[in-house]
Amino acid sequence: MTDVHRAAPPAARPDAAASGAAAFGAAARPADVTLRAHGVSLGYDGRRVISELDLGLPAGSVTAIVGPNACGKSTLLRGLARLHPLDGGRVTLGGQDVGALSRKELAKRVGVLPQSSIAPDGVRVAELVARGRYPHQGWFGRHSSTDDTAVLRALDATGVADLADRPVAELSGGQRQRVWIAMVLAQETDIVLLDEPTTYLDLAHQVDLLELLRELNRTRGTTVVMVLHELNLAARYADHLVVMSSGQVVAEGRPGDVLTEATVHAAFGLRARVVPDPVSGTPLVVPLGRAHTDGAT
Amino acid sequence: MTALADAPRSPDTAGTPDPGPVEGLRARRRRRLAVVLTTLAVLLVAVATLALTLGEASLAPGRALAALFGAGDAGDVFVVHRLRLPRIETAVLAGAAFALAGALFQTTLRNPLASPDILGIASGASLGAVWALLVAGLTGLAVSGAAFAGAVTVALLIWLFAWRKGLHSIRFVLVGVGFAYLCSSLLAWLLARADVREAQSALLWTVGSVADVRGAELVTLAVAVAVLGTGVAVASRWQAPLALGDDNARALGVPVDAARVVSLLLAVGLVAVATSFVGPLAFVALVAPAIARRLVDDGGAALTVSVLTGALLVLAADVVGQHLLFGIQAPTGIVTGMIGAPYLLWLLATDGRKSLA
Repeated sequence: MTDVHRAAPPAARPDAAASGAAAFGAAARPADVTLRAHGVSLGYDGRRVISELDLGLPAGSVTAIVGPNACGKSTLLRGLARLHPLDGGRVTLGGQDVGALSRKELAKRVGVLPQSSIAPDGVRVAELVARGRYPHQGWFGRHSSTDDTAVLRALDATGVADLADRPVAELSGGQRQRVWIAMVLAQETDIVLLDEPTTYLDLAHQVDLLELLRELNRTRGTTVVMVLHELNLAARYADHLVVMSSGQVVAEGRPGDVLTEATVHAAFGLRARVVPDPVSGTPLVVPLGRAHTDGAT
Repeated sequence: MTALADAPRSPDTAGTPDPGPVEGLRARRRRRLAVVLTTLAVLLVAVATLALTLGEASLAPGRALAALFGAGDAGDVFVVHRLRLPRIETAVLAGAAFALAGALFQTTLRNPLASPDILGIASGASLGAVWALLVAGLTGLAVSGAAFAGAVTVALLIWLFAWRKGLHSIRFVLVGVGFAYLCSSLLAWLLARADVREAQSALLWTVGSVADVRGAELVTLAVAVAVLGTGVAVASRWQAPLALGDDNARALGVPVDAARVVSLLLAVGLVAVATSFVGPLAFVALVAPAIARRLVDDGGAALTVSVLTGALLVLAADVVGQHLLFGIQAPTGIVTGMIGAPYLLWLLATDGRKSLA
């Protein structure tokens, strides 16, 4: 008994044709594809990280999950993506229990970019992106023209079409991360979950990547859910912000409403000033170091 | 970029981009694969022909081929069909089986050093055979049976010790390395306490040779390799997503634990079958897939190319061991070891920073 999801009967399948059509014409926003956690508990070897957590991730929006190290944000994302077995509760997608879907069926509807992926030696950009077509191909399925179109769209959308022929190993960190995102986009899912997609990138590339994700959300209607470390960037690029601490949701909502000095202190134990970002007007968290504790401004 | 230049330039209709780069890359991959496969097949036929001609009764290629198709004098036909052809067939089948097993181990466990020699599965087969010969006093097919049982037992033990809520690659490899040492110690002990003459014949089972496999044994080997090979062809679809790591494979819809169990079962089956007839041929399972992947270089498992590479490697090693070592006849396993060990060192020296780190 290791995987709670697998215990569920694989009988109840969604109308395959309908979901396929919805996935392909991703720009047409489907009615309700909200990913929702109902009393979800997650942990490692009996150690609880998250207990009975409820959370809805609004469809068609960019959601950022933030919180201090070890607050359980990545674990939650992995639980939502079925990469980590649930200890309790359930996850639904548009009201339907995710555990009742086959892995492949889920992969057609939810794309996931896990933390730090390593490409096999020798694989070229277009080939890696094409691997995202796996859930859409039959057992002996060859690449169809639908697959090629999806790969090209993904390459174009992430701005790596020029690199299609290059070995992934030769790319820079920022380019490589775009290629992995292209692979997830080639899956043509309504929802994309990303676990700290900006890790190891410098500030310019972080901004670049988040711009890209928001652009994908705006043009394709893709629901983007990401775990982020950088509060100010999360506040700027997310429509919906989820602040976590010790396995609990401390606050959620529009970044402007959620990211207050009180919330930052409650979640991170950090005393900070929150001022409007001079560029975007979204909240900007300015930490108070020991030298500035008296808030002298 | 050549891909763009080669591609048919269709006028870009709204929203449907030109499929040039993807199709172009795939076409070039197909061409490269065709060239590699053709070259290996030609080399394999050439070395097999050479193997037919060489021997105590040296035959000209024309006579050897005539005898192969039943023409020519009865002596030639006997030499070719009874002495040389079974050996060639054994070498090809065993090489293919080891290479395929190695390729599966390496891609499924995502470790270029994972192969039945290093994981102790081949030593398990040796141990089984040597125990059957020296302790149980068995002969013939029973020894093969014991080798098979030895390989499967070690594989199951590694499994048992490595399984912890799923099969973790690194754990599997480390436990396997532990069992490899255990098996070689037991082997050394069995050989040390045995009579010198008996030990001599048992020693062959620790090295491996493609000699003396014929008739029913050869048919069994061929059928087993064909059945398991078909299984590998079916399971090969999992290999590309598995190579991206467990999380990515799961996210793409692969049942990772099941896929890994099936792939490793097939690999263990191939190793057990091959070692039970020819013993452990050192380094074939390690080196052949590595060469194959380098030839194809697309980040895939290169299963088909591995099969031909393994067959060619073992066949060539056997020809060298029989005829080209300045009058000394060496068992196949010694020659594969002599080719494999330097290759491994070279692999570690040149590629270590990139793929083994």
